[in-house]
Amino acid sequence: MRSLIVNKKTNLGFALYCLLAFSGFAGADAEQGLDYQSMVQRDINDFKAYYKTRFPKIEFSEYKNGVYAIDADSREQWLEMEDFPPYEFAVDEGEALFAVRFANGKTYADCFANGGEGIRQNYPYFDNKKGQVISLELAINDCRETNGEQPLAYKKGPMAALSAYMASTSAGNVFAVAVANKEAYQAYLEGKKFFYAKRGQLNFSCADCHMLVSGQKLRADITGPALGHPTGFPVYRGKWQEMGTLHRRYAGCNKNIRAMPLPLQGRAYRNLEYFQSVMSQGLEINGPSSRK
Amino acid sequence: MLYFNKKMIKITACLMGLFIGTGIPVLWAESRAVEAGKVLTFDRKKGNCLSCHVIAGGTLMGTTGPPLMMMKLRFPDKEKLYKQVFDARKRNQKTIMPPFGSHAILSKEEVGAVVEYLYTL
Ligand code: HEC
Ligand code: HEC
Repeated sequence: MRSLIVNKKTNLGFALYCLLAFSGFAGADAEQGLDYQSMVQRDINDFKAYYKTRFPKIEFSEYKNGVYAIDADSREQWLEMEDFPPYEFAVDEGEALFAVRFANGKTYADCFANGGEGIRQNYPYFDNKKGQVISLELAINDCRETNGEQPLAYKKGPMAALSAYMASTSAGNVFAVAVANKEAYQAYLEGKKFFYAKRGQLNFSCADCHMLVSGQKLRADITGPALGHPTGFPVYRGKWQEMGTLHRRYAGCNKNIRAMPLPLQGRAYRNLEYFQSVMSQGLEINGPSSRK
Repeated sequence: MLYFNKKMIKITACLMGLFIGTGIPVLWAESRAVEAGKVLTFDRKKGNCLSCHVIAGGTLMGTTGPPLMMMKLRFPDKEKLYKQVFDARKRNQKTIMPPFGSHAILSKEEVGAVVEYLYTL
């Protein structure tokens, strides 16, 4: 009976998927001095190979476009939407916010490398001193707080606008998130574990929907590939009728499977973003973008 | 009466039995279960089975699981069908089908009603 559902292609995919899900964890207590980046590179290669098997005709560079990379029908509507980008307003708003001086006379540009321009692809990174993953949004609030300003909410609004503007100045730059040492690798592994773990009343993992059944229909929705997930964020989403950050989407996917959504920009989601961004190595930043 | 309750139906069936005799009320109870089962199967907040399975009469159906048809033929043992819905992991550990019974998405009675409905497909 099972042959009814799984064709040869998905079977092969499934085998690869199992390999992916369980590779790497043994390395959790690996010693200092190991070449973490090349261990991670093996995961990256496997991850890419998985999608190459699933969608042999799709160019790697296309994965920056989320579900529209693999679903021709919704792609057309999306391209029409992108003709009058609904996120343009947020980019302008973000640019204006970015230029505002804090009460102490400093600006965001003082907090970031290269005045904050063209740097989106370097986030999130593992901060050795702080011992944790720093995402762009967390860095924005760090900047505000060190300059005596109140932090912004992480879901949407001004934070999404700032993030959108900073992404827009980085368009075409390629994701370059590294895993350089043991602590960074630990954070990476935590993100990886989160990605493959079953959770919620409905008992789904991220990988269930975004790898195993990616490209198939769940009701009327087609789930896109996880490869390239962070590239286009933040996004203007039709369903939200406004901008939203990557972590807003994480929380949404958690709620959909009746799992407790976790705090936006808490450690768990930042580690998850770290893992997803490492997996997206080599893809272009093309945020902000629009989604159904 | 959205949710089928075995006990309630039993009581009703017994009471009816007093008046009409056996046979008819049992049939009646079963058809109520089938109806309730269909509602549960299609309800997005309950079974939401259509998100993965094609079922005759459904709309916006998913393609993740096999089409649900000829269930009596495919599951001559009703208990096996019940187990598949109650916790699909028993048969396939890595399944993505939610464990409806074990995770209390549906109660035992509700799984029973869904199975009654599936048997009509
Ligand atoms: C039950 C299925 C399901 C599960 C489980 C699930 N998602 Fe999703 N996710 C979707 C659907 C459907 C969409 C919308 C279509 C798309 O963009 O893939 C989506 C969209 C997304 C997007 C937006 C992609 C884009 O390009 O706009 C991200 C990021 C995402 N999911 C991450 C995750 C992560 C991380 C997890 C696990 C914590 C997860 N999802 C679990 C179904 C799921
Ligand atoms: C998220 C996807 C998903 C949902 C929701 C889902 N199923 Fe399934 N179902 C599957 C998959 C995949 C299989 C294939 C076998 C396996 O992996 O367990 C399956 C198999 C089955 C089978 C066995 C069919 C056969 O011929 O072997 C039955 C019966 C079944 N499902 C009934 C249901 C019912 C009833 C519901 C709702 C209460 C439901 N399913 C909801 C994914 C799903």
